[in-house]
Amino acid sequence: MFDVKHIAKLARLGLSAQELAKIQKELSSIFDFFKELEQVDVSDVKPTSHAYFLENIVREDVAKKQLPKTVAQLVKSAPETKNRYVKVKPIL
Amino acid sequence: MNLTTLTITQTHQGLKDKKFSALELANAYLDKIKQSDKDIFAYLHVTEKLAIEQAKKIDDLIFKNEKLPLLAGIPCAIKDNILIKGEQSTAGSKILENYIAPYDAGVIKKLNKQGSVFLGKTNLDEFAMGSSTENSAFGPTKNPCDLERVPGGSSGGSAAAVAADECAFALGSDTGGSVRLPASFCGVVGLKPSYGAVSRNGLIAFASSLDQIGPITKTVEDAKIVFNAIRGRDEMDSTSVEINPASAKTTAWQSKIQNLRIGVPKEYFVKGINPEVEKTIRSAIKQYEKMGAKIKEISLPHTKYALAVYYIISPSEASANLARFDGIKYGYSESKNQDNLLDVYLQTRGKGFGKEVRRRIMLGIYALSAGYYDAYYLKAQKVRTRIIEDFNKAFQDIDVIMAPVSPTTAFKLGEKVDDPITMYLSDIFTISVNLAGLPALSLPCGKVDNLPVGLQLIGNVFEEEKILDIARELEYRV
Repeated sequence: MFDVKHIAKLARLGLSAQELAKIQKELSSIFDFFKELEQVDVSDVKPTSHAYFLENIVREDVAKKQLPKTVAQLVKSAPETKNRYVKVKPIL
Repeated sequence: MNLTTLTITQTHQGLKDKKFSALELANAYLDKIKQSDKDIFAYLHVTEKLAIEQAKKIDDLIFKNEKLPLLAGIPCAIKDNILIKGEQSTAGSKILENYIAPYDAGVIKKLNKQGSVFLGKTNLDEFAMGSSTENSAFGPTKNPCDLERVPGGSSGGSAAAVAADECAFALGSDTGGSVRLPASFCGVVGLKPSYGAVSRNGLIAFASSLDQIGPITKTVEDAKIVFNAIRGRDEMDSTSVEINPASAKTTAWQSKIQNLRIGVPKEYFVKGINPEVEKTIRSAIKQYEKMGAKIKEISLPHTKYALAVYYIISPSEASANLARFDGIKYGYSESKNQDNLLDVYLQTRGKGFGKEVRRRIMLGIYALSAGYYDAYYLKAQKVRTRIIEDFNKAFQDIDVIMAPVSPTTAFKLGEKVDDPITMYLSDIFTISVNLAGLPALSLPCGKVDNLPVGLQLIGNVFEEEKILDIARELEYRV
């Protein structure tokens, strides 16, 4: 069946070996249940991504100025900050 | 006078006639919460300071004899995945335990315009993923009708708060039945509006093509009042649309019930439904027949595939929506305990998300992953089209569909937590409606062993007013 370790990595979920084994079992039975979809003939059927048709809705690409208070609050929400910046681990 | 048992209309009249003040009203509800919520745990967070502040403002308006909107001073409860600026918004998750909302959701802006009073934020299954409220990271809500049973989910806190008179009305969100199922289990009214009828801005996203915010209330009239207050286009949600306002006055549907064509889908009365629940639903439909409606058995042949379609599409969308919780921008973080970025992601998400959310993210990522996309996600999207076609065809010959909300009444706490598929089956009669974007309402229509049963009225797209008016005709008789 599928490689749960790989899926967990794609999902960015740090899971214990024990949980991976459990999820493997649970997902297997859930995907078995999905097999019933094989019975449905969908040739010539268009996929639906939204319940009703909407044209793309666009707006001008302009930044809205926010109050310094709002900016400060957003920065404050971040777990690690420096001055007015959100701190991230080095990636190189 | 017991203020906490009044409907919205009665409360509004009382405020206008100065029988009580908005502050007295807010305090009556806050006292009720203090007294009964220890046992029920509908609220994650009571916003007492905010409520009192808002109530005093309304009393000023009353003092100045200014015109009061219908929801002015009316105390309400908000599901904790809907943002109220400056207040905690956890979505029932540890990953947002200390998160303070930086802005108001679209629906909150609309309620603020009317002057509603916010009593607090209600419990839910983590990120609205669940059917019992047992998946909340902060503990389950109990059903006020029987404390050993679940209130349904995911908006279990909102439905329980309304049923226990801990608020005059509440807002929930419905992705696969999360307003209707708890409304049915707790014996209150719940409306899931058509997709696009209500702005999703400021609703913490679960599955964006299915999510809708809806009212949970004590009466159908109240549901209509709240729906009219929150519906409409919002520039912050490009999928929201303006629909014709539902008329404030209730049309005399009595005469229209004469010729009303009610469709009863045979696929909704199958093995596994509690026979007493079926009897209660059928006798409710019979009441409409007595009022002159024509009952017609219909078929929605793709119903049996809806559950599989839903459990592919909703986790797929969720896995993308929940990618934003990374331990960097806000919320729970393992940043201080880890040395490299990947470990920050892995540990934050592994520890911050609960079991069901982790399971659904895994499910969604797998369904979307290379090599499986066509077999699962694309296939599900195509079967979704088939489900929509079923409804379109049915609505050519009928005006409204009636069915149960759930195959059973409220089940016991702990009864289904270890078996995901059995738990997923609780939503079997509600999810097709989300896949098709239709409006549907849960109306209390009787009891089985003292537990409420909800009749589901499903309308064609944007026909909220019609199903509300039809529901009212039965409400008078139950």
